[in-house]
Amino acid sequence: MRPPLPYALDAQLAVGQLLQGPMDAGAIDAFIAAHTFPIVEGPRVTFVYRGRADAVHLRHFIFGLPSTQPFAHAEGSDFWYLVVEIPENSRFEYKIEVVRDGHGQWMEDPLNAVKTADPFGNNSVCRTAGYVLPDWTVPDAETRTGALEELGINSRALGREVRVTLYLPARFRRTRRYPLLIVHDGPDYLHYAGLKTVLDNLIHRMDVGELVAAFLHPHNRLAEYANSPEHGRFLARELVPELEARLPLLGTAEGRCLMGASFGGVASLAAAVQYPGFFGRLLLQSGSFAFTDIGPQKRGPAFEPVVKFMNGFRASPAKVADRVFLSCGTYESLIYENRSLVPLLQATGMNVRYVESRDGHNWENWRDRSRDGLSWLLPGPLWMVYE
Amino acid sequence: MNPMPSRLPRRGPAPSPPRGSAARSGTRVTLLGPQRLQPTLSPVLESLGVEGPVATITAGWQEREPDDRELHEHLGGRSLNLMLYQRAERVFARDPELSAAHQRRQARLRELQDLYNVRLDHLMAAAYELQRRPGETELLSQARVDAIEAIRSLDAQHLQRVRDVHTEYDRRWQPDERETVIRERREVEAMVRDAPAVAVAGGHVAILLNRLRLFGLEQLAAGKVLVAWSAGAMAISERVVLFHDHPAHGMGNAEVLEVGLGFAPGIVPLPHARTRLRLEDRDRVGVFAARFAPAICVPMNEGARLDATPQGWAPAPGTEQLQTDGRVGEAGAA
Repeated sequence: MRPPLPYALDAQLAVGQLLQGPMDAGAIDAFIAAHTFPIVEGPRVTFVYRGRADAVHLRHFIFGLPSTQPFAHAEGSDFWYLVVEIPENSRFEYKIEVVRDGHGQWMEDPLNAVKTADPFGNNSVCRTAGYVLPDWTVPDAETRTGALEELGINSRALGREVRVTLYLPARFRRTRRYPLLIVHDGPDYLHYAGLKTVLDNLIHRMDVGELVAAFLHPHNRLAEYANSPEHGRFLARELVPELEARLPLLGTAEGRCLMGASFGGVASLAAAVQYPGFFGRLLLQSGSFAFTDIGPQKRGPAFEPVVKFMNGFRASPAKVADRVFLSCGTYESLIYENRSLVPLLQATGMNVRYVESRDGHNWENWRDRSRDGLSWLLPGPLWMVYE
Repeated sequence: MNPMPSRLPRRGPAPSPPRGSAARSGTRVTLLGPQRLQPTLSPVLESLGVEGPVATITAGWQEREPDDRELHEHLGGRSLNLMLYQRAERVFARDPELSAAHQRRQARLRELQDLYNVRLDHLMAAAYELQRRPGETELLSQARVDAIEAIRSLDAQHLQRVRDVHTEYDRRWQPDERETVIRERREVEAMVRDAPAVAVAGGHVAILLNRLRLFGLEQLAAGKVLVAWSAGAMAISERVVLFHDHPAHGMGNAEVLEVGLGFAPGIVPLPHARTRLRLEDRDRVGVFAARFAPAICVPMNEGARLDATPQGWAPAPGTEQLQTDGRVGEAGAA
């Protein structure tokens, strides 16, 4: 006879039904073959691991929940499971930790084919009910694609040659004038957020206007992106003038947009503060806008210049751009800082839009929010064009 | 969905025959659905008895105006692109005073549009809210009618303001009398002289409309067959209505942009309606149809066709129209 189901485990759940029957290898094989994992049933998500282990944990990146959650073991089998409640429309990344002989190993979920990559490696992805992968994030056969070109710019401010990957839209013409989008952490945005595909699709669909993008390759990003005056000078006094000389760009504040995530968001805001009115558009995703009201900051030494900058800006906020778009995931530790920034920016007279999502501090979150930001900051002719 | 108030027709009256300048100039007008994926222009011209060269206008494509190879081939190599976009660029380059005046006018129109949209957003929100409110009392029905009337009144007022801007511009700058414009017009008129038909493609509707105005489409198309699709159909209609029910931002309210050229009285052409409108949303469809009644709102999807005849508009089988009861039905079946 099987033991009673654990507390709070609904017998209606797929795993609940499995556990009520004989847990032999055949039953488990059939169960695994019949489902995709994790199993999403309304707001409940069931994670499964099968194999020899002393313990299994879910390691996730949802701020607010315990970052380690233990799986239950079905006695007499190699079947481990965990049911958690996650709100609908969520997307989060995780790993599974398998402990054997006192040694824990983090791994991608062997049963989940949906994975994502970031600079620190791969993660498994859980999408709860209601989350839909935006169709503009994947290549579309009808979309005309832009081109990428590599460029090196000698920067006196930074004392090095800065590598820039230029994006030129499909049907780029020198007789036109384009807005300029400057993207911090350029290679990561291209590789992990698929921003070239996103730009191609959004421009093709006329959600976003045709634009030129400069994807910056960072060197020592924690230093250069943390309110470094040299970085700001490079952007405003070297990069932009050089690109405006080489390319048919609008050359106006509303035609210059700074974009960045995490520390890249700080770099964008800091440069706009350093050169108020020069960059008319800011797209700030999950900015690391750490500040203190009292006492020391606890995020580590890299944040010292950020906190100093943010405390100064919060004390004397000023209108530095015309439009600012912010986004942040509600599962991020930075949600408080980003929410706090919104009314502060609005009070300066800047036109501010803020979007939250049930997602974490990761590149696919930033990808999924890019349409909201880009289409508002650099809108396309959707309303005017009927081909 | 609550049905629209009984005071408004469940379906607009049958479209009137073309009147006004288009009829006076003897132009025969046909509106088509988009041509990029399923071109029908060539057989349509054949059905209209058109032989010989076809003057084409692709100014809505802007810098891509000359990229008309597919259209040219579809017409069997008999198209003659009037290159109105390039001609307008030349005019503006040679006549800086007119160019500056044109830019000022466009800035004024943009400001006007912005102000109109502020008011429109609130009126549309009120109309939808009343439309969705449960119940069928007499007062609610009257409130729905009044809400639509308020939008119609705003649209009419806006169109008059736009008309005033154009009138003032024409009076002050007299583009028809400027040497640079006259020179280009003469060339275009010579090109069109032996063409029995003029075909206007889509693209950027405001840019296209401005070029059609500048070079006098009414004179160019006089006595000829005029076929237009997508933005071309919008530009030659009575009023240009922009629409998209699910944009990335904003309310997605259809907005009146401009006074059209008036070749298609009684019709509001809606190119790509299948992808741009929520045709299954009866509240939105009903409000849309009632707002522009008695004009007929016609989804101009691939294959759609409307011919102006002495008896009125003749839709091809399968061509649809928005109805005030929120449905999409066959056009001309009233």
